[in-house]
Amino acid sequence: MRFTKDHEWVALDGDIATVGITAYAAEQLGDVVYVETPEPGRALKAGEGMAVVESVKAASDVYAPLSGEVVEANPGLAGAPETVNAEPESGGWFARVRIADRAEYDALMDRAAYDAFLETL
Amino acid sequence: MSEPELKRTPLHGAHLAAGARMAGFAGYDMPIQYPDGVMKEHAWTRTSAGLFDVSHMGQARLAGEGWAAAFEAVTPGDFAALKPGRQKYSVLLNDEGGILDDLMAARPDGEGLFIVVNGACKDEDFRFLEARLPAGVRLTRLEDRALFALQGPQAAAVLAAHVPGFVDMAFMDSSAITGFGGVDLIVSRSGYTGEDGFEISLPAAEAARAWDLLLADDRVRPIGLGARDSLRLEAGLPLYGHDVDPSVSPVEADLSFAISPSRRRRGDFPGAARILGELSSAPSRARIALKVLEGAPAREGAVIVDGAGVEAGVVTSGGFSPTLGHPIAIGFAPPALCAPGRRLGVVVRGRTWPVETVALPFVPHRYVRRP
Repeated sequence: MRFTKDHEWVALDGDIATVGITAYAAEQLGDVVYVETPEPGRALKAGEGMAVVESVKAASDVYAPLSGEVVEANPGLAGAPETVNAEPESGGWFARVRIADRAEYDALMDRAAYDAFLETL
Repeated sequence: MSEPELKRTPLHGAHLAAGARMAGFAGYDMPIQYPDGVMKEHAWTRTSAGLFDVSHMGQARLAGEGWAAAFEAVTPGDFAALKPGRQKYSVLLNDEGGILDDLMAARPDGEGLFIVVNGACKDEDFRFLEARLPAGVRLTRLEDRALFALQGPQAAAVLAAHVPGFVDMAFMDSSAITGFGGVDLIVSRSGYTGEDGFEISLPAAEAARAWDLLLADDRVRPIGLGARDSLRLEAGLPLYGHDVDPSVSPVEADLSFAISPSRRRRGDFPGAARILGELSSAPSRARIALKVLEGAPAREGAVIVDGAGVEAGVVTSGGFSPTLGHPIAIGFAPPALCAPGRRLGVVVRGRTWPVETVALPFVPHRYVRRP
């Protein structure tokens, strides 16, 4: 699993990347009440807004950690957005993306680097 | 995290010790939520008793010969008729009948008024009042006092252990009494959640001890400003600076109850021509309450559209209702659109979601009018 400074995670299986927000991000947001996931077929560029996650109090953007085409959005989040809090780095995934450039993935932080980054916040 | 110039309430250390997430609000470093989080804090207040630090709000006494007339010169309430022991919601009006702030004014004793205004406007409010006071009437800011709100169905039972004198108080009663072992208090049976509850003014030096005494009761948990906002929205209570501002009249804001009948007859408050006109023929905009039937929460600034998709109004406060389990919002729209049961839309991030107009409050008030 790899991570961004915006607190997204990416798990890669072949050329399919599963994307979500980290446990840290979910804890910071508080109780998630609504998630707007990207439409399948949408072409994403790394760094652009790909989803919106809303807590009771506020809406926050989730950025695409890498470029590619959305192949699936998590269908469970519409009915159970609280999954993002309960299982942020597994069942609470947002989207699966067919990546265009493996180098984008390799450039992201690994767990140790992300944990070190969290220490600086 | 906290900006150094932010002021601190007497409970600041207690909030940090409790693990609160702090943020700047009205110039103070305030608890937004505690480790329980907004959803649990909200539900706790609706089912047990929530304790809020609202010491950022502005407290003052208005006293001296002529205080009632002086206060009536800037508000639409009948304060000459306000009996000792009672409290009244009111608004400070500008000359155009717009609302400079909303406030509570009480007569806890025989000494004129005890006033509580919003923290974000308190300096402007008090300067505005001071500049208009006749000789003999004086405004005394109570900067050495803290303010708590204890809200929820268990609030009265909890308070009875610490403030035995409140037992006869009904909703919107106010009393200068002692509690927490001889501390002088100003207690009113009121709040900002729609629940039964109390607002308790006490000396800053006693605040931390009283806070801990209340929290020692298992029925009480500390509640942050996040849940305070979701609770007041469910109760249909406006938030100054969002749902109400100096361009908004009490009639537009659905606060006509704050315009006393005797003042309507006399027509002697600021902006009376506009406000009386809006009372007799509808204002151009009115308070609308929306249940979001599907989709994203509609938040402040979201456009309300009519059945044909034409822009018809705007959301001034919106969010997710923890009690109801769906998003709710209030805003402004033409009066003809505001009656309950109408299908409209709200635009969130370019997409229109279906909403239905409903009556306020979203969640019924549970005030105790006869103790």
